[in-house]
Amino acid sequence: MYAYDEIDRTFLSERVAEFRDQVRRRLNGELTEEEFKSLRLMNGVYLQLHAYMFRVAIPYGTLSAQQLRRLAHVGRKYDRGYGHFTTRQNIQFNWIKLAELPDAMEDLAEVGIHAIQTSGNCVRNITTDQWAGVVPGEIDDPRVWAEVLRQYTTLHPEFAFLPRKFKIAISAADHDRAAIKIHDIGLRMRRNDAGEIGFEVLVGGGLGRSPFIAKTIRDFVHARDIISYVEAVLRVYNQYGRRDNIYKARIKILLHELGAERFAKDVEAEWAQIRDGMLEIDDAMVDDIRSRFRYPRYEQLSDTPQELAKASDPRFTAWLQNAVAPHKVPGYAVVTLSLKPIGGTPGDATAEQMDAIADLADRYSFGELRVGHEQNLALPNVAKRDLPALWRALDKIGVATPNVNLISDVISCPGLDYCSLANTRSIPIAQELTRRFANHDLAAMIGRLHVNISGCINACGHHHVGHIGILGVDKNGEEFYQITIGGRADEGAEIGTLIGPAVPYAEVADVIEDIVEAYLALRAAPDELFIDTVKRLGVQPFKERVYATR
Amino acid sequence: MPLVKSGAIVADDYLHVADGDAIAEGAVLLPAARFLVDPEGVLKRNSKVGVIWPNSRNIAELAPWLDRVAAVALVFPTFRDGRAYSQARLLRERYGFRGELRATGQVLRDQFVFMLRSGFDAFEVKKDSDAAAFTEVARRYSVVYQPTGDGRATAAARRLSRQNAEARS
Ligand code: HEM
Ligand code: SF4
Repeated sequence: MYAYDEIDRTFLSERVAEFRDQVRRRLNGELTEEEFKSLRLMNGVYLQLHAYMFRVAIPYGTLSAQQLRRLAHVGRKYDRGYGHFTTRQNIQFNWIKLAELPDAMEDLAEVGIHAIQTSGNCVRNITTDQWAGVVPGEIDDPRVWAEVLRQYTTLHPEFAFLPRKFKIAISAADHDRAAIKIHDIGLRMRRNDAGEIGFEVLVGGGLGRSPFIAKTIRDFVHARDIISYVEAVLRVYNQYGRRDNIYKARIKILLHELGAERFAKDVEAEWAQIRDGMLEIDDAMVDDIRSRFRYPRYEQLSDTPQELAKASDPRFTAWLQNAVAPHKVPGYAVVTLSLKPIGGTPGDATAEQMDAIADLADRYSFGELRVGHEQNLALPNVAKRDLPALWRALDKIGVATPNVNLISDVISCPGLDYCSLANTRSIPIAQELTRRFANHDLAAMIGRLHVNISGCINACGHHHVGHIGILGVDKNGEEFYQITIGGRADEGAEIGTLIGPAVPYAEVADVIEDIVEAYLALRAAPDELFIDTVKRLGVQPFKERVYATR
Repeated sequence: MPLVKSGAIVADDYLHVADGDAIAEGAVLLPAARFLVDPEGVLKRNSKVGVIWPNSRNIAELAPWLDRVAAVALVFPTFRDGRAYSQARLLRERYGFRGELRATGQVLRDQFVFMLRSGFDAFEVKKDSDAAAFTEVARRYSVVYQPTGDGRATAAARRLSRQNAEARS
């Protein structure tokens, strides 16, 4: 956990004061909605179908128990008693009143959280692996570098009005849980031959109307140069990114139009001018940031405690196999809390749940929590001997559904239930899928399978990179859905392939069942994942199965 | 449109020359294309010459004359178009331009801090109320997180110097 100091706290209160003034000027008419729009967006405030929506950053997905309690408080006091965790390590509140927003921000600032740059055409909340710092085999804790970049990009005067939003993600483990290849900049931590740490830099990933997987523009940038390198990328983009067409304004289009080589050359030329200047990171600065991350004092514990051996409840066993992952310290585990209960809204948590989870984090996880892009939470530091007791507590509050990474762990955008841009509903489709695949044995037998749903082409639900992707489209005023398969967001990221014509709302769940049945019949062995079967056979057999009777 | 310099509303001593107009006596701001027709010729005049540089044109093209140009006016066609921030930093930090750096176009109160940090020191402000609030708004943030040519100490630098001071005492 990163602890804010006096300087950060001063900054946040100055920020709240500024926003309070902007809201005042909007309410008394000094600011037009058009002028206010870009100001509120830089503070995470959208105008949605029913109300203002407020998006709060959870930098690099790490929260303290105290911060989660404060989010619960905001949900209770200013909203309708819940919050929605998104795919970008943010939480959204859907029913906030404009006049009360400055107060909500002030309440959050007291515990060091804010909504700065969670929207708008600026560098957004920087995301990383939700298991950062606890997963075995990391090169370094990527949150330290996310914090270095978060500070550097906070109210950056040159880059507050980029052609379009700009998202940076960092991964430091072999397995990419941060989806770096679908970000404007993806940073993959690695070591060079001399053993020094740095980053492979990928640029131009993104979904939306024209999806792209990011391309590597430099194999290695030394960690001390990462700020100057990022500044070079941003400066090239700020000057040459398209501003004539909002759909062509992301850096992915610039990279595509120039070609990765030419783009990389422009960046190198800019970088050569600034790399040895004031942006070079000195070790003392990194040490200072690192020292303000609080790490737990782990105990020496048995990796096979008798509490686990004794546990015999089959529901516990199912959860243990599904939601508990290895920790770098023996005797500890990383526990994922599914926010995908059967029939629920993916990513929603009530204020009561948040409070209860915060208490459990204090009791079992050194007061620390994580938020991942799959819209689930995690307790990163649980002693294995506590797992049975923790499970009982989580089960009681409905966040122990053993469906992590299974077919009912659906990623979904808000769709037509909240979003003013939506073509179709997303949430009810997700809910229906969780009901169809509610049988745990069936879901476990199917194995890892990510279903991602977006209610329009903007792709907030990452449908392109779902193993199965569902995209809502409007056909003469009716809700239809295009189905893709074979997408993935990890280190082997790919954009899914369309299997055929869009299907109507009522048939979506049936089609998914057909695809799953086809997979079960086609897979080479029970441990061949859906995504691997698709890779091996292509879409054709799935297409045949789905459209044979339609 | 009020002009703000050094925190105060002042009279504009430059005449904006449009593309077709004759170049009048006294200080003038010329469109880039006009200036580039005969830079040496206009720079020979006895009064100050400034250039209005569009945000779509590479600022490096102006470099050969920057030591003799008195002012550069950069353009914000809308406040959402941020190209001129990069041009401003390049002018100040790469090409060492010391003359007046003026923000024109849609210049509103909530951009002042960004503009100041990027090197602007003159502002053609759209609204009177925003111009009047300039000094107050410019002081809004006592904390900055990234170094620019304005030389302000960043949060990181302040932390380190505080630690060093503590270590010495
Ligand atoms: C309800 C209000 C929302 C609105 C109006 C909205 C709007 C948009 C728009 C217009 C884009 C496309 C931008 C572009 O490609 O240039 C976008 C992208 C995105 N949104 Fe949302 N969004 C909303 C909620 C959410 C939520 C709840 C999530 C997370 C579950 C989310 C996650 C994302 C992500 C990850 C992308 C990036 C896709 C990409 O890489 O291009 N958004 N959003
Ligand atoms: S994908 Fe479309 S419908 Fe879904 S939240 Fe984003 S903008 Fe709204």
